[in-house]
Amino acid sequence: MEKYDVAIIGAGMSGLAAGIRLAHFGKKVCIFERHYAPGGLNSFYAIRGRKFDVGLHAMTNFVPAEVKKAPLPRILRQLRISREDLNLSEQKSSRTAFPGIDLRFSNDFELLRSEVERVFPKEIDRFNALVRAIESYDDTILDAPYESAREVVAGHLKDPVLVDMIFCPLMYYGSATEDDMDFSQFVVMFKSIFLEGFARPLEGIRNIIQLLLKRYREVGGIRKMKTGVAKIVSDGKRAIRLVLDSGDEVKAESVLSSAGVAETFRMCQPGLEAEPLKRAGRLGFCETINIFEEQPEEFGWGEDTIVFFNDSERFEFRESKDLVDLRSGVICIPNNFDYEEGQLPEGIVRLTSLANYDQWTSYSPEDYIVKKNEWRTRIWDSAKRFMPETEISEEHNALERDMFTPKTIERYTWHANGAIYGAPQKLKDGRTPLENLFICGTDQGFLGIIGSMLSGITIANTHLLR
Amino acid sequence: MTNDECKQVVLDIIAEIAPDEDLGDVKPEIALREQLDLDSMDFLDIVMELRKKHGIEVPEADYGELASLQSCADYLTPKFNALV
Repeated sequence: MEKYDVAIIGAGMSGLAAGIRLAHFGKKVCIFERHYAPGGLNSFYAIRGRKFDVGLHAMTNFVPAEVKKAPLPRILRQLRISREDLNLSEQKSSRTAFPGIDLRFSNDFELLRSEVERVFPKEIDRFNALVRAIESYDDTILDAPYESAREVVAGHLKDPVLVDMIFCPLMYYGSATEDDMDFSQFVVMFKSIFLEGFARPLEGIRNIIQLLLKRYREVGGIRKMKTGVAKIVSDGKRAIRLVLDSGDEVKAESVLSSAGVAETFRMCQPGLEAEPLKRAGRLGFCETINIFEEQPEEFGWGEDTIVFFNDSERFEFRESKDLVDLRSGVICIPNNFDYEEGQLPEGIVRLTSLANYDQWTSYSPEDYIVKKNEWRTRIWDSAKRFMPETEISEEHNALERDMFTPKTIERYTWHANGAIYGAPQKLKDGRTPLENLFICGTDQGFLGIIGSMLSGITIANTHLLR
Repeated sequence: MTNDECKQVVLDIIAEIAPDEDLGDVKPEIALREQLDLDSMDFLDIVMELRKKHGIEVPEADYGELASLQSCADYLTPKFNALV
């Protein structure tokens, strides 16, 4: 039987980052990934020769090279990856768009501050106080108790529209809970999006994943693709061995799973609790990706990198009642970063909205295609309300269109309900009822590209390298 | 190993962990944290590199001994010399 110091479940960003740390310090590590492609929730694929990203709109947590104490430089050091190799280009600017109100922001925080002062002049002092509270909050503590971010922010800001306009981007980029967030999560997201910022490699997510794979190879890590873990067999206290989808068995001193908490507990035999799937999140998303011959700039969409929109009086972030909740969403234009070396060859517009898992999984294969075709146009029509007027439409002008639904996410990542941000209740310290089984990634609770890598690093450092 | 050689060993490790830091002017008596942007994760890496590269164990209770280059050398030199 194969034997490892650490078996890692999942070759996503967190599993790869943990694997690099462990292998570098001499552990015999193997990553088991069920899919044929690495990346997990942040991955890439090609259709008819065109490259697509899934997951990454923009990398959050961008800070200039001279800033040393921030998540981005910290993970680069921990993984021994050079900043130059990431090849990041900064966003142009982004905005939260509500009916009649735009709040612009960029990688210079003063833009958001001045926008709050312009649109909500009565709130600016209270907003500044909130920012000071966020800046002084220690978000590295792994055992902070749950605190409602809605309540904390309501203690600072009075105007509910401003509150919603701040919550909208933070929730869309990383809330697993409906309509509220844990305040520590809110702080992490606020810093990563507003105080730090957005950037992207010209080549997209594949550049980051390839860097991680290269490092993992260099330090001697082993990786098995198309090799899913079916069972984690324990004696009730410790994980004893893994049973693979093929039926083969593997032994490991410790197991680190990035599959999600419900999904990991579901693998455990004997079961750790009666209904592990009750832990799974419910927030599913649809995303359409539309490729155009023209750059978005040519149809008058050259200024915005990301637009977070909402048309309702109060912003609701909860499981969609319909197949897709058209009231709010995210528009991402990957062309609109300040690339120093060239530009993406074609225009790309990605549109993301909340969706309903149960409905998307209820159709026959034929009807599923029909519904996708219907809703991708409805999503476009909803999003374009918040953009400058244009004759261009996805229906008539797109060279290529693709779309994912919660069903797609579940199919390729095995995350229950296709819930991208995982379980509402995170296991921040990574511990499970089994003393040698740990959780990293989405359900440990650091989200986003940088967060996921930080999650793998932190859990590896805390539990597996001491 | 001399005290100065030991300082160089530590500097070499820091250079690997934090290639963006300028190590040309590190003052031995002053705390490393005050001169360089090193956080607790970086110090943990120094400890783990000492183990990996040189077989030197630094128990958690002794992490404070690694505060400055001088205290590193005073603490680690006997450990290096005990190896041979």
